[in-house]
Amino acid sequence: MIEWLTDPLAHGITLRALTEIAILGAVGGAVGCWVVLYEISYSAESLAHGMFPGLVGAALLGLPLLMGGAIGIVLAGLVIAVIGRLTPDSDDTAIAVVVTTLFGLGVLLALSPDSPPGIQALLFGDPLGVKDSDLVVTGLIAAAVLAVLWLFHDRLLAIGFDPSAAGPGGISPALVRALLLTLVAVTVLVGVQGLGNLLVAAILVGPAAAARVLTDRMSTMISLSVGIALVSGIAGLYLSFHARVAAGAAVVSCLLVAYLAAATFAALRDRIRRRSLPPGLPTRPEGARS
Amino acid sequence: MTEAVVIAAHAGLGYEGRTVLRGLEFEIPAGSRVGILGPNGGGKTTLFRALLGEITPLTGQLEVTVSTATVAQTDRSRLDYPVSALDVATMGSLARLPWWKKPGRAERERARQALGEVGLSDLAGRRFGDLSGGQRQRVLIARALTADADLLLMDEPFTGLDTTNENRLEELIDHLAASGRTVMIATHEVEQAERWDLVLCLNGEQISFGDPAVAISKPVLEATYGGHIVEIPGQPQLGVLPAHHHGEGH
Repeated sequence: MIEWLTDPLAHGITLRALTEIAILGAVGGAVGCWVVLYEISYSAESLAHGMFPGLVGAALLGLPLLMGGAIGIVLAGLVIAVIGRLTPDSDDTAIAVVVTTLFGLGVLLALSPDSPPGIQALLFGDPLGVKDSDLVVTGLIAAAVLAVLWLFHDRLLAIGFDPSAAGPGGISPALVRALLLTLVAVTVLVGVQGLGNLLVAAILVGPAAAARVLTDRMSTMISLSVGIALVSGIAGLYLSFHARVAAGAAVVSCLLVAYLAAATFAALRDRIRRRSLPPGLPTRPEGARS
Repeated sequence: MTEAVVIAAHAGLGYEGRTVLRGLEFEIPAGSRVGILGPNGGGKTTLFRALLGEITPLTGQLEVTVSTATVAQTDRSRLDYPVSALDVATMGSLARLPWWKKPGRAERERARQALGEVGLSDLAGRRFGDLSGGQRQRVLIARALTADADLLLMDEPFTGLDTTNENRLEELIDHLAASGRTVMIATHEVEQAERWDLVLCLNGEQISFGDPAVAISKPVLEATYGGHIVEIPGQPQLGVLPAHHHGEGH
């Protein structure tokens, strides 16, 4: 049993992967809580897919992935804005059309016979391919994102609760939402290498959604979300090491199991609570989410 | 004479050059309770947005000399949101803090005081969504008090409240006015507005303003509600209620 735990640690590659996943778990778990509270999970996934041609372009040209991804996100945003103005369809439709088109374009480039080997890892991630320099960059960016989240915690909480409450002199709700989307975009950018373009949204949404059903306190939700992301990430890497399956997919599978376990636990807990109440008393006010 | 906190002079309000509320001409002294009557779409929300500084008058002037905060309808609040009553009350302090400053111990203490002022000290730690409708309304008022607002704009605060909570909220409004704060309350309840210091009747324009005993009359209410009114038996002059809103607040 001890060997089962210590064997992966004997390899530098696995150690770096563990560090990468731990960093992603911390930043993804924290940012994800706001993604879930602001109900922008679809936007988070769209950001990831929209940047894909930029990532592939950077890989083909030998540029840093972060630069390619950032350019990809800005371009996707511009195209969505233009399509949104040109067509009478809803913003939602414009996002769906642009993002799927961009993602298709990225896949076309990534899977062409002329593409260098390894570029497909951009789709599914490869935490085992992380270098020391990647870890430094990821760590610095994650620390910056967490610092901004800490600074704006109260404003994010207030605007998410009631955008009309900013009041004269208060910070603009549009600015706070833009800030949050920027933090999500940066988190997606740093998470792509480890978890891949298809799977990176899982670390934003999975742990936070699991924490959401377990607690009614924001600070507890953030701690739980980060904890679930860390444990699932590490469990996924051990699963990958011992079962010899793809690391990114193994991590995402563990995140899914954690969410299902949390949801089941919460459902059972609420059922027991309801039974212990006198008959006729509601457990929650109308409109509350269980 | 009490100083005016809101002065409207020939003010016209609207959006993108289109006026939706015209002919505003009134002065509201500090410490007044002002009922705002009008049909849905009559301009109450537009007036509130102008008082908050979100829109500027298209014509004339609308001057607000004190800090303002809005008290939203509780049925628009997110009941599933992971915040306590104290968290919500503390949010009021953000309006007066610079963007780089987080609310600290002083702001939370001010929020506790505000919760005490609205009679909710015991429920400070309770989740906002677990409170009753009346309690939630009072928490939102506490949030406005934490913002140090001297002009409180309440958007149909009695909607969905039972009689007990309605009476308690009326007492709180009386208390706020007695402590020098001005309270403007959008309502559909004419009888309620009659009990306050001033009334402002709107329907795309200012129909009437002043002491309710003078400013509310059958012709004024007909002009305000466009004829959709019923009479209360025995009170043919003043006992007039808008038919399509009657009972809406219960």
